[in-house]
Amino acid sequence: MTTTIYRSSAPDTGVTTLRGSRRPRRELVFRLALQSALGIAVSFLGVLLAYVVWTGLPRLDADLLRNMPSTLRPETAGAQSAITGTLWVISLTALITVPIGVMSAIYLEEYADPTKWWNRVIDINIQNLAAVPSIVYGILGLGVIARGLGLGLTVLSAAITLSLLVLPVVIIAGREAIRAVPSSIRFGSLALGATQWQTIWKQVLPAAVPGTATGSILALSRAIGEAAPLLLLGALAYISFNPDGVLSQFTVLPVQIYDFIKQSREEFVPLASAAIVVLLVILLAMNSVAIYLRNKFQRRW
Amino acid sequence: MAPTRPGAAVTFAGRSLRKSRPRYGERLIEVMLFAAALVSVVTTIGIVIAVAIPTEEFFRQISFTEFFTGTRWTPLFADPSYGVLPLVSATILITVIAMAVAIPLGVGAAIYLSEYAADRTRRVLKPALEVLAGVPTVVYGFFALKGITPFLRDIWPVGDGPAIFNALVAGFVMGIMIIPTVASLSEDAMSAVPRSLRDGAYALGSSKMLVATRVVVPAAVSGIVAAIVLGVSRAIGETMIVTVAAGGQANLSWNPLEGMLTMTAFIAQAGSGDVPTGSIDYKTIFAVASLLFVMTFALNLFSIRLVRKYREVYE
Repeated sequence: MTTTIYRSSAPDTGVTTLRGSRRPRRELVFRLALQSALGIAVSFLGVLLAYVVWTGLPRLDADLLRNMPSTLRPETAGAQSAITGTLWVISLTALITVPIGVMSAIYLEEYADPTKWWNRVIDINIQNLAAVPSIVYGILGLGVIARGLGLGLTVLSAAITLSLLVLPVVIIAGREAIRAVPSSIRFGSLALGATQWQTIWKQVLPAAVPGTATGSILALSRAIGEAAPLLLLGALAYISFNPDGVLSQFTVLPVQIYDFIKQSREEFVPLASAAIVVLLVILLAMNSVAIYLRNKFQRRW
Repeated sequence: MAPTRPGAAVTFAGRSLRKSRPRYGERLIEVMLFAAALVSVVTTIGIVIAVAIPTEEFFRQISFTEFFTGTRWTPLFADPSYGVLPLVSATILITVIAMAVAIPLGVGAAIYLSEYAADRTRRVLKPALEVLAGVPTVVYGFFALKGITPFLRDIWPVGDGPAIFNALVAGFVMGIMIIPTVASLSEDAMSAVPRSLRDGAYALGSSKMLVATRVVVPAAVSGIVAAIVLGVSRAIGETMIVTVAAGGQANLSWNPLEGMLTMTAFIAQAGSGDVPTGSIDYKTIFAVASLLFVMTFALNLFSIRLVRKYREVYE
């Protein structure tokens, strides 16, 4: 910590003492700069949340949950069809994406031989898909699912689109959870005569459930907030009925919020804020469940 | 279930220890799992086909030169013009603004979390960053448009200040949104730097800042670059913030106070209308989408390669 050694780029400058006289000022400045980087990020989050809750406060009432969205009467309009639509879409998304994701993760971790080119292609492809912009999935949904397969704008086509969108996230989380199960468990089971699948089904998967569940819930909470791909599917806003099946028309909260924002009348600002609060509460609930699962069931080996 | 025919496994000379009967069930399961893993490959193929066919049809009607060098983007007007440059320049400008926010703050946060923060602090701050990453982007857009822009217009000291829809605020908010992406990947890379390197530097008398800036950051640089590249890819592909807050008019300008239309915002705007399949408007959406897909795909692959590189070095 001495000043001389500190200027290591110029080693032959004068005397060397081993005792640091004081903490150099730039150490402090550097540390403060790093702290403020985090500080800015976290306080932005705080201001954003405060702003949304504050502007939404006048409209956080029973009407919001009881009434349907309306362009005509923002003072009493609600978001009921968007809330039920969100729940429909996300439940169906979970039903599609979690099994496929977990199965892919099992294949990649337990069966795939990483020296084979096709397995490497699958691996890189998943990492790449995780970073493909969500609007591109909307293009896929529009061109292939809604119009190509003729599913139109339904809960089902939205759920398929969102499933493909979050599938890479589910797979990556599942793989991490499976990888965290120590090999000794597998060897023990195989040594006792269990087949590979028996080992996976009875030993590996139960141990990987908490990690997989946490990752899947976080992935689904990403799907809940997505508006862009559903806009492309042609998601409507101001739907005045709740979905009654997977082939029903629907709207979801982010799309409805987007349409509230587009309205020019000032009364829509509190309405949009209030709907955002509802969306954030749903997300918060899901995240709490994920954290609870992680803390309660996580095992250290 | 009983273990596989225990008798057969231990029999004497002349009989192999290998299973004598194939287990079709096991094989079937493996095939099913493989099929599930193929879904993601099919997704990629689906995306490529979905954008490629209409794009090819688009370029039969509109020339490459007009698309890539034209400076007017008015595809939905009566007198249409298909120069994509205004969309590309808007995308680049907003991405640059976003990265000017996200790189220093994200890497700074990562250095702090990896080198300075005590365990307890880290346990509080990391989830906070995760929450930042979990806020839906339409919410960021709303905050930019209704919260920050009016405030900025009120306090703007000289001139007219930013327009109601502008690139500056959209880019800034997008930068904040990308901080967690940059920070968490960079932090992973820094944590992978072996302790011995740090200890060596300390033993030579380095201060904490020197260890961080001259040892850890250079050693983790490929991971940090990968994080930044991934951040750029997210910025280019981000849709709702720019759709809500950056405006809906194509505008070839480098003035961040003006409104402009990015590639993603155009896709969202044009695609959310009821465009007839097969019309030139429909194909235009897909042409822009393939440009977007190619750009982000290249960036993602580059980033994935970099991450592999640092994993190979230290793991």
